[in-house]
Amino acid sequence: MIEIKDLHKSYKMGSNSLHVLKGINFTAESGELVAIMGSSGSGKSTLLNILGMLDEADSGDYTLDGVPIKNLNETKAAKYRNKFLGFIFQSFNLINYKSAMENVALPLYYQKIPRKERQERAMKYLEQVGLKEWAHHLPSELSGGQKQRVAIARAMAAEPKVLLADEPTGALDSTTSYEVMDLIQKINDEGNTILVVTHEDDIAHMCKRIIHLKDGVIEKDEKVTQVRASQYV
Amino acid sequence: MFDIERWQEIFETIRKNKLRTFLTGLSVASGIFILVILLGFGQGMQNGIAQEFEDDASNRIVVWTQVTTKEFKGLNPGRSIQMRNGDYDHIETRFADQLEGRSARFRVPNAMVNYKKESVGYSVQGIHSGYQQIENQYMSQGRYINYEDHRNVSKVAVISNTIKREIFKNGDDPLNEYLDISGIKFKIVGVYGDRGGEREEERIFIPMSTAQRVFNGSDRVNNLYYTLKPVENLDQAVAESMKFSNDMKRYLQEVHTVAPDDDSAINVFNTLEEVKRFFNLISGIKMFFWFVGICTIIAGVVGVSNIMLIVVKERTREIGVRKALGAKPWSIVGMILHEAIFVTAISGFAGLIFSMGLLEVFGPYIEVDYILNPSVNFNVALSTVFVLIFAGAVAGFFPAWRAANIHVIDALRDE
Repeated sequence: MIEIKDLHKSYKMGSNSLHVLKGINFTAESGELVAIMGSSGSGKSTLLNILGMLDEADSGDYTLDGVPIKNLNETKAAKYRNKFLGFIFQSFNLINYKSAMENVALPLYYQKIPRKERQERAMKYLEQVGLKEWAHHLPSELSGGQKQRVAIARAMAAEPKVLLADEPTGALDSTTSYEVMDLIQKINDEGNTILVVTHEDDIAHMCKRIIHLKDGVIEKDEKVTQVRASQYV
Repeated sequence: MFDIERWQEIFETIRKNKLRTFLTGLSVASGIFILVILLGFGQGMQNGIAQEFEDDASNRIVVWTQVTTKEFKGLNPGRSIQMRNGDYDHIETRFADQLEGRSARFRVPNAMVNYKKESVGYSVQGIHSGYQQIENQYMSQGRYINYEDHRNVSKVAVISNTIKREIFKNGDDPLNEYLDISGIKFKIVGVYGDRGGEREEERIFIPMSTAQRVFNGSDRVNNLYYTLKPVENLDQAVAESMKFSNDMKRYLQEVHTVAPDDDSAINVFNTLEEVKRFFNLISGIKMFFWFVGICTIIAGVVGVSNIMLIVVKERTREIGVRKALGAKPWSIVGMILHEAIFVTAISGFAGLIFSMGLLEVFGPYIEVDYILNPSVNFNVALSTVFVLIFAGAVAGFFPAWRAANIHVIDALRDE
């Protein structure tokens, strides 16, 4: 599903440049649940941004579902993002003047799906995350865990190939974190490929594979026994 | 533009951001409102001033004389200049094809006017028949002084409505009654009115020849009055009447041996010059109103672009989210511009309709000197709305474009 070969990325900081990614190689198969771990400055956010086509690598190859991601202009990147990727952010990033249902329906709007169908599909995904009754509430009327579940439903709505979660539990307490992870595991059980960036060990161990990043290189890439989050809920 | 999904998206945004939308709309609507009201009053002033000139024939030329102030051909300054019948006759012949109305005037000195036993203090003036048209007088009763009266040296008089009201208090018919002017009986043949007001109606008119002969006037004349034949446009009319005034003045100066540069001996007053000056003043005022109006519009545009900047800033994170979800840059620009244009258009037309309605309803009731029926050209007002919409769109484009090309990561980090 995801193939990365010799990925390099550096940022210019005034006169000297900061080499953030120093040759990353990895492959993720369809249906994997991968945690990317590392301390701050290890390059994990940069990697996720490149994977999410929000940023471009200096060199190296990136293939997503057989499509080489290279020399993208804004319009093309937008198209691919919409088609291939679902994002889950630490700070949820819901649009505050839209109801939960409208938020979930938004990626479908950019797929030019008619309004009626958008709403039906949004409701379906809200039901999946257990928030059907909250569909017409604004984000400000929801708790943090509920907001993240709405965000997950939104990421799912476009039926992407890969879900990218950037510290999905970073802003949540541990109980709510486990609820969210439980949801992510269930989505993965259905066969979706998910990449989770985290710095929390327990969250990482709820995935099936952990990639440790350190100073811009992969330090360790291990398969782990998945800890089911449902036992904590 | 006809994307119904986009419209739904925009209505949703507007509905949920009422204050922002209201403020944008208000700045646009008030800009248009002020412009239309200003333009309306500019037109109102023009109408009002045009009306002020209606009371006299507006191409009137008057000549009067005073004493000379300059030595000329051995003659001392201080000589008083007296026009004669000959001057009047000569000018009449020489400029015959240009003149429309003409009359000389002779003020009867120390006229004592009595009706029966009542004495009244009005000025008595000898005139030619053309004087009626020159003063824009209308007849309420009877007839005006005519050429026959002049030729026959008839002892007839025309009085005004004001005089009639004072003398014939019981509503008696003044026609064929006799007025006593300095001991001589004059038959009243007509009653005139003058829209110029009371002062213009405090005069009794008798034939020129009678005035000169009976009241010892010899062939002396106090004033000459002329109007010229009308021509197509104001500029041409002004040019022709200026030429006539100058030619006539030159002639009179020659005949009366007055220095050509002695401006006070023979005076020519040309109403058209005044009219022209007033119209220049009005166009100046209108220009000023336009200037203020356009400044208001510019302020409106700046307001709109300011709000657009704030809107984009405020929505940076939202734009980032939308881009992460697959919005293309142009769809972001389109969304922001679409909303801006929609709000500007609606509020612009609201301001237009409100201000035009106000002018339509209350304009005719405005009763202030020099302002009459303020109104505005609909097409002009409509074009300004479109200019404003266009300017708003241009002003909104740049922040929208910048927003659309912002990096998603940066946008999402924006707090």
